[in-house]
Amino acid sequence: MTAPQIPDSNPRRAFIAAAGAGVAGLGFTVIAPGLHLMAVGQANAAEARKAGTVASPAVRWGLLIDANKCAPGCTKCIDACHTENGISEKLPDARQNSQWIRKIELVDRRNGRKTELPMMCQHCANPPCVDVCPTGASMKRADGIVLVDRHTCIGCRYCMMACPYKARSFVHAPLTQQNPEVPRGQGCVESCTLCVHRVDKGQQPACVESCPEGAMTFGDLNDPASAIAKRIASVPTTQVRADLRLNQGVRYEGI
Amino acid sequence: MLTPNPRHEEGLFYLLAAIGGLVSAIGLAAALYMEHSGHVVTGMNNQIVWGLPHVFAIFLIVAASGVLNVASMGSVFGRVLYKSRAPLSGLLALAMISGGLAIIMLDLGRADRLMVAATHFNPTSVFGWNVILYPVFYGLVAVYLWTMMERRMNPYSKAAGLATFVWRVVLTSGTGSIFAFLVARQAYGSALLAPMFIIMSFSWGLAVFIVVQATMYAWNGMTLPPLILQRLKNLLATFVAAVLYFTIILHLVNAYFAKNIAFEYFILFDSEFTVAFWLGQVLIGSLLPLALLFHPATRTKALWVNLAALLVIVGAYYQLHVFIIGGQAFPLDIFPGYNVKSSFFDGAVDSYSASLPEILLAVGGLGIAFTMTTIGVRVLHFLPQDDLAELEAAGGITD
Amino acid sequence: MKLLRDQSAALRTRSPVAYPGGMARGSLRRALHLGLLATLPERVTDFVKFVLVVFAAIAVSPAPTFAGEGGRTAKPVIEIANPGKCIAPAEEMRRNHMEMLKHQRDRTLRQGVRGEPASLNACIECHASKKTGSVLGGNENFCQSCHSYAAVKLDCWDCHQPKAGFKATGVKP
Repeated sequence: MTAPQIPDSNPRRAFIAAAGAGVAGLGFTVIAPGLHLMAVGQANAAEARKAGTVASPAVRWGLLIDANKCAPGCTKCIDACHTENGISEKLPDARQNSQWIRKIELVDRRNGRKTELPMMCQHCANPPCVDVCPTGASMKRADGIVLVDRHTCIGCRYCMMACPYKARSFVHAPLTQQNPEVPRGQGCVESCTLCVHRVDKGQQPACVESCPEGAMTFGDLNDPASAIAKRIASVPTTQVRADLRLNQGVRYEGI
Repeated sequence: MLTPNPRHEEGLFYLLAAIGGLVSAIGLAAALYMEHSGHVVTGMNNQIVWGLPHVFAIFLIVAASGVLNVASMGSVFGRVLYKSRAPLSGLLALAMISGGLAIIMLDLGRADRLMVAATHFNPTSVFGWNVILYPVFYGLVAVYLWTMMERRMNPYSKAAGLATFVWRVVLTSGTGSIFAFLVARQAYGSALLAPMFIIMSFSWGLAVFIVVQATMYAWNGMTLPPLILQRLKNLLATFVAAVLYFTIILHLVNAYFAKNIAFEYFILFDSEFTVAFWLGQVLIGSLLPLALLFHPATRTKALWVNLAALLVIVGAYYQLHVFIIGGQAFPLDIFPGYNVKSSFFDGAVDSYSASLPEILLAVGGLGIAFTMTTIGVRVLHFLPQDDLAELEAAGGITD
Repeated sequence: MKLLRDQSAALRTRSPVAYPGGMARGSLRRALHLGLLATLPERVTDFVKFVLVVFAAIAVSPAPTFAGEGGRTAKPVIEIANPGKCIAPAEEMRRNHMEMLKHQRDRTLRQGVRGEPASLNACIECHASKKTGSVLGGNENFCQSCHSYAAVKLDCWDCHQPKAGFKATGVKP
């Protein structure tokens, strides 16, 4: 006997949505976040998606991080992320600063083995932040990238309570130094966008491009011919807190 | 009992209303300041994302639905003793939920976008459900009050009372579920939290009711009939004991699971929340009130029963402090089995101290509830009036 | 800003304030026709009257003068750097730019559609002031100019970069 397999498209989501819509039926309008158009074509990591086309659900962008290659003390990916995304604020209380990506130093309690790895939004297939967001500002794009729509984020921070990876930051003070392609501002929650503005142009996320060790691989998990899919098919990789069954798009090697 | 002369009494009312209004206004100003400068002026951060304002707000919201229990006992379960107290309980419910919601809404990072919460609805969000639960609660309680206070509407009061009772059970389950539905943090994510929040609301709501009622009786130079006091204190003791029971079960179950032992050890024995838990929540909030409510020397005296109710309220603050702040201060277990360290304070216990603006905002919410109550009891007839003969006839005391 | 004040003052003057202070208690009750009120003590009606008197006092207080011709509010200065290059005629842009941007923002953010004609960054690249490089900063800057005249809050710039060709930098955490 094998344990029942739980599919990635989580039936729980549909169940809760139906229950919630029942409550909403009491005189309130449900405005489904986002519109629905037919997806056109299948994108490729190497080339830009055509202007005017929507992100394809046939694609699932993912990241594979090889912790064995991640050099101790190196913060190149973090610096690149902060430059790319205009994260330049330094508040007196460091705990209030935004960090879309961070280096975590791990020490195995059982044998003292040391590992370092970059940690960011894991771009879950079943993201708790999207489930809990009251306004639907927390959203997952058709190609698997989890984003915050700051046009509808009210700054309640419930998604930060729900995220098991501490991936989200709240902007605690007014900002003026934003990258024109990466809008971000006071009073909203934000997190790694997988450099969605670069990915749509056919480029790699800034962190991946900056890694001198080649420890990060970016690509389409759904495309068996992509480097990332081939690697995942050939070596053991892990999802962090896989027990939560969130099916993250970011996977790790060597932990 | 001291009966102030009407002129002084009038002056005192305006003074109290003015103080309440001022505290509310200061709270509002503090919220505007936070809105303008950003949450950098608060003690909250990227790990402890909900702070003192949420402790106060959740207390007010939970107690608001609990205080309505007094009315439900009268209308739904036909207890005469509680029937005469139903209007006051309805008023307190409206006042407290207003204060609580004001805090939550003013603390938002983008409070100016509150309308977005009404126009964009995510059916999977417990917060989203609450956006619907609260306004309907408001409406139901208002209609319920109307059916009780307008004689021609009296026949509908039982139906309105029943609807309100059902809704408040759903509402408090919704408040508890805000935490129950969180998979990430060890302090939350338990189905026990929904019923626990309901029993907490019974306890805290009744405690608030007893304190407010005592103040109103003292103001009018009246004494609460001892038999009624007796009933109320027995009920309060039951609720306090039930909350304590839920607390024990919650922690026992948690401590039994190896994955949660570190967190339980942190809360119960080795953190700044340890004292708040044992002294604030357990001793002041549960054991002392139980002792006062059961000890032969104190259980018949209004003063001690009122003190016990006050202690329950103080204990409620500590309980929510430990639950909300303590639950977030403990680091997320992202890599079980590893010691972790990062520039984002992974693996580190966080500490939180509220800044002045957030204290003023939190107290401002109390101010709103206080002002609404003060004006309400002054303007309308909310003082419970008991017909003792009728009470006896209905068996309202002895049953 | 000032216009907003003027408009709200105008609204207030227009609103009917038909409750002079000395109105008889009975007539107020009759006027309100609420069974509930009829059973209330007098201090309720006193309180209601107090509120009405306060509103009346606000309504009749001297309203600030209107802007209009010769008013103190400066007319918007619209500097068009590249005439004829816009995605639609000026008349349509003035009326509908917010709708165009709103729909474009949802399509881009939620569906990932890129390269649409309406784009906030494209607006900025074209309309940023030659002097300051920004669409904000003073009443001669493109966005701020009209928006301060129309007293419509600019929400875009809490998050979006108002400067053309701005290069963001980062810091070490």
